[in-house]
Amino acid sequence: MRFINFINKLDKRWIYLVLALCIIIPFLFPIGFPMKTTAPVKSIYDFIEDSIPEGGVVLIGADYDPSTMAELHPMAKVIATHALSNNLRVLFVTLYPQGAGMAQDVIENVLREWNNSNPDNQKELGKDITLLAYVPGVSAVVLKMGEDIIETFNEDGYGNKLSDLEVMKEIKNYNDIDLMVELAGSAVVLTWLIYANGRYGLNVGIGTTAVSAAEYYSYLQSKQAIGMLGGLKGAAEYENLLSKKGVYWGRKDATVGMDAQSSAHIFFIILIVLGNIAYFVSKKQKGGR
Amino acid sequence: MALSSNFWIWIAAILTLAIYSFLYKDNPFYKFAEYLLVGISIGYGISVYWHNTIITKVFNPLVYDKNFLVLIPLLLGLLMFSRFFKNVAYLSRIPIAFVVGAGTGLSVPSSFEFLFKQVYATMPTKLDIGIIIIVIGVISTLIYFFFSLEHKGFVGRVSRVGITFIMVAFGAAFGYTIMARVSLFIGRIQFLLSDWLGIIK
Amino acid sequence: MFIRRTLPLLVSAIFGVALIFQFFIPHPASKSFYNMMLDWLIIVSAFTYLIAVQSTVELHITKIKRKVEGWQYSIIVLVSLFVTALLGIFGGAFMPTTLWMKIFHNVKPTDTTPLMYTYLYMQMPMQSTIFSLLAFYMASAAFRSFRARSFDATLLLITAGIVTIGRVPLGEFIYKGLPDVVEWILKYPNMAAQRGILIGVQLGIIATSIKIILGIERKYLGGGK
Repeated sequence: MRFINFINKLDKRWIYLVLALCIIIPFLFPIGFPMKTTAPVKSIYDFIEDSIPEGGVVLIGADYDPSTMAELHPMAKVIATHALSNNLRVLFVTLYPQGAGMAQDVIENVLREWNNSNPDNQKELGKDITLLAYVPGVSAVVLKMGEDIIETFNEDGYGNKLSDLEVMKEIKNYNDIDLMVELAGSAVVLTWLIYANGRYGLNVGIGTTAVSAAEYYSYLQSKQAIGMLGGLKGAAEYENLLSKKGVYWGRKDATVGMDAQSSAHIFFIILIVLGNIAYFVSKKQKGGR
Repeated sequence: MALSSNFWIWIAAILTLAIYSFLYKDNPFYKFAEYLLVGISIGYGISVYWHNTIITKVFNPLVYDKNFLVLIPLLLGLLMFSRFFKNVAYLSRIPIAFVVGAGTGLSVPSSFEFLFKQVYATMPTKLDIGIIIIVIGVISTLIYFFFSLEHKGFVGRVSRVGITFIMVAFGAAFGYTIMARVSLFIGRIQFLLSDWLGIIK
Repeated sequence: MFIRRTLPLLVSAIFGVALIFQFFIPHPASKSFYNMMLDWLIIVSAFTYLIAVQSTVELHITKIKRKVEGWQYSIIVLVSLFVTALLGIFGGAFMPTTLWMKIFHNVKPTDTTPLMYTYLYMQMPMQSTIFSLLAFYMASAAFRSFRARSFDATLLLITAGIVTIGRVPLGEFIYKGLPDVVEWILKYPNMAAQRGILIGVQLGIIATSIKIILGIERKYLGGGK
């Protein structure tokens, strides 16, 4: 029973090391398995592609912080890029101070990549895209936006009066927003669904961490949310849809991670199976005695 | 691609490695990074509050737009600081009571509305296997969590079905959680291999 | 006594009830009351964060004063907090302030602010790395604790296994129909249980809300007289 002893006494740092290798090696030798687009991802893509007229407005909720950015940052980039490619306007909103920095980083990256690749169709901060100032109050902010967005924030995140900005032209409240995509890994998603969708009828799509994805299927079935990107895989599917359309230029952060994701998942399954073999063998031994 | 020559990328990489050193064992480098993070994130929060909230929502409306209606909530907010003075600390309860009371009042009707939508979506509009599973699952899960009834006999059997559904849901959530945790690590490896070491694109 | 106990309870009851009624009254006066309440809530909430900051600062100052073990680390917290806040307040949050551009003549309005440097290159890597440690802990837990001890636990592990493999491209490569199987599990049995839990939680929230408005639930006011 050397095997059982080995498993029971194994220093967990060896497991850490193998997990790290499972993730690093696929980056060095990528395979790139093809992947199918799941329905909840496709419905957000289709909504932006087909249901919003030129000049329409997409609101992106950046309600996450660096702890979940690995999953949600790529989503913010693809949604913003997709909206810009259809000549839609993009507003970022956040209910938490940490989210403002995330949104700022996305805006800077998306604008740079867009303008480098489209010299004859330049996009500008304040004209095509902006970040609304961070204002505390969570549900009060979501509700106030349903009445008057400019009054809610007064200014953008950079200190410009919202009423002077071209990007805010003819935007009064949620009636003038075609779609909101809420990116969060916490219960704040519920705040948007209860207040913005429930009370004001705003179309909401969700981008969430894989931890919460299983939970949010309830809102898809009840049609309170029009679609969902779940975890890094959801972001990767969206990146592929944009690539097919020919409007994605940056590094595909989510897609390149998929091989590593696959190999790490296999490693987890092996760990669970090994652990259970050890458990059943030692249980049998005890029972035999 | 080559090793980064950007000073800031090096700072980010060193801090990343300082935190990973904890996987080997706890050490002063990890501790340093951990506490540095606490300080920086609060400092960042204060700055965003200052520019986006205090200036935009209080200072500018008051000084430039002469909107004196701001004064009432401003005074109410300032009352919160009374908690730092022992003999008037109880005054801070008034703004807290306002935030909690008003917030609750706003939430009750909308929460009911939300609940009804969820219940409504559970009503079978046509008969297929999917909707039958949903109806049985929702009801049996609710019964499992209904502790006012003793879980015996029929109720016991239904709540047993409820547990089965809950286990499938927890299993799905657990599988997804593995995915989420791995993704977070992938994000960091991507930074180290690409932005810092320049080994991959 | 009145100001200490009764007044706060009255305040929360009055505003709570008023805003519930407001929901059902479409009159313009009711609308403008609602708007005013939202404005007030936003401004009062602004102070809650400052209170939280104050308590953190106080905690670390006490640690240093009493020379609690590891008090040196509290100095790091305070120094980094004040340096970051000063850089942020004088240098600007997402766009350099006019003051900052006056001091440093070569700074343009489009430049990254000093605050964003600390955010992007210090806070972002550290915070995301700390959370990525969870991947390792989970691997070790998968090895040591996830055992098929009973029927329920086995069911949980099997579902977890199917979702884990079926959600990555490799799973699709192994068996083409796997993503559909996973989607089916998520859409039906998983969704049903999640909704059952959600309905239960929402009922609990509504019950607590009503208790707060009626003054039965008072924990939020804190202890004391």
